[in-house]
Amino acid sequence: MGLAKRIIPCLDVTAGRVVKGTNFVDLRDAGDPVEIARRYDDQGADEVTFLDITASSDQRDIILHIVEACASQVFIPLTVGGGVRTVADVRRLLNAGADKVSMNTAAVNNPDLVADASAKVGNQCIVVAIDAKQVAPGKWEVFTHGGRNRTGLDAVEWARRVQQLGAGEILLTSMDRDGTKNGFDLALTRAVSDAVDIPVIASGGVGNLQHLADGVSIGGADAVLAASIFHFGEYTVRQAKEFMRDRGIEVRL
Amino acid sequence: MANKAGMVAVIDYGMGNLRSVWQALVHVAEGREVIVTADPDIVASAERVVFPGQGAMPDCMRELDARGLRPVVLDAARNKPFLGICIGLQMLFEHSEEGDVSGLGVFSGCVRLFPPEKMFAASGGRLKVPHMGWNEVAQCRAHPLWSRIGNGARFYFVHSYFVDPVDRDCAVGMTDYGIPFTSAVARDNIFAIQCHPEKSAQAGLALLSNFMKWVP
Repeated sequence: MGLAKRIIPCLDVTAGRVVKGTNFVDLRDAGDPVEIARRYDDQGADEVTFLDITASSDQRDIILHIVEACASQVFIPLTVGGGVRTVADVRRLLNAGADKVSMNTAAVNNPDLVADASAKVGNQCIVVAIDAKQVAPGKWEVFTHGGRNRTGLDAVEWARRVQQLGAGEILLTSMDRDGTKNGFDLALTRAVSDAVDIPVIASGGVGNLQHLADGVSIGGADAVLAASIFHFGEYTVRQAKEFMRDRGIEVRL
Repeated sequence: MANKAGMVAVIDYGMGNLRSVWQALVHVAEGREVIVTADPDIVASAERVVFPGQGAMPDCMRELDARGLRPVVLDAARNKPFLGICIGLQMLFEHSEEGDVSGLGVFSGCVRLFPPEKMFAASGGRLKVPHMGWNEVAQCRAHPLWSRIGNGARFYFVHSYFVDPVDRDCAVGMTDYGIPFTSAVARDNIFAIQCHPEKSAQAGLALLSNFMKWVP
């Protein structure tokens, strides 16, 4: 026995509410973030991730209050991302109660941010989120701004680079699969997992429990992240863990 | 200064965010006061002391000394219910491979890096370092702080170094990650653990609650 593979429910938060869209658009309201995080904790979630997809900067501080409320009631690791641009942003989120902070667009625009933040708060607190889209067989490109802008960066190369810069973990999302319920892009997950020594969280496309198991056993992910299958009550986190355990995957139950 | 009844001091030497530790302790405090402090007088007046740590051990030792907290930490480790967490466990040892730095020497032994040549799972897969996530803690010795926690319960870990005590009798918890390592030690009034009880859901809260009531 040893380290368990992690199941991480993800909550996309805008203007203080949890929403879930398909391919990053068409948002549906799914409830109060703190209440949902508590429910996942009760079900045995290994961590919870909040992605703040609020567009307007004047509503950004709402996420700090949500993080504070969550951290006072939920005693599992909490990762927060979305709109993080500076080391000061990282500090604010950690001080509000986040354990890890995830950065995406800002890391691409300013790779020094990853290095600076990691040096200041430790690499265990820094997650780099990579949104990748397949551009050729066995080749994926990094996109930013919620999938709107292409960067010209190769996803596997970028994963290696952010590890060198000081990322402690990679949150890897397949843009092609996100919201489709067709399962993770397993080739992408495997390529990135094999390329780095830091943990990789697979994300994007989970529609059933087999997809979660595949992310670990075929994709080689250290953790699997899903949103809608948990939000809309199709499965509980506990069901997901029992399913994975029955397939020989070590989980915390 | 007399001990302030029930007060718990969380020692803040400027390394990392102690809010999670504070919040989890408050959650189980049952009205006791929990103070995050860098003031040696407050630490000295506390009934019990929590010694957390985050980041790299050389930085932690430097900041501890820069704030003049070493004497009061050593005093607490001799006299009061004392809980070390993560780097707060490692700093109690004599020496760390991380930055080749000396620790407080409360326990004999070293802090070592997970050996790269041993980092393979039973299935043959490579084990990543840092050791991050939920792993089992085998209770190799009975202790009041294990009360209501199942033997082998999982706790949340994030670390690249582990303690290697000279006196094996102080080990109360063992965990496997490539190699078996000591994940918790205890002696007299001291209990110290490598994982993060403040982030370990029910098992972690039970441990903190046990600490709050512990009469060594």
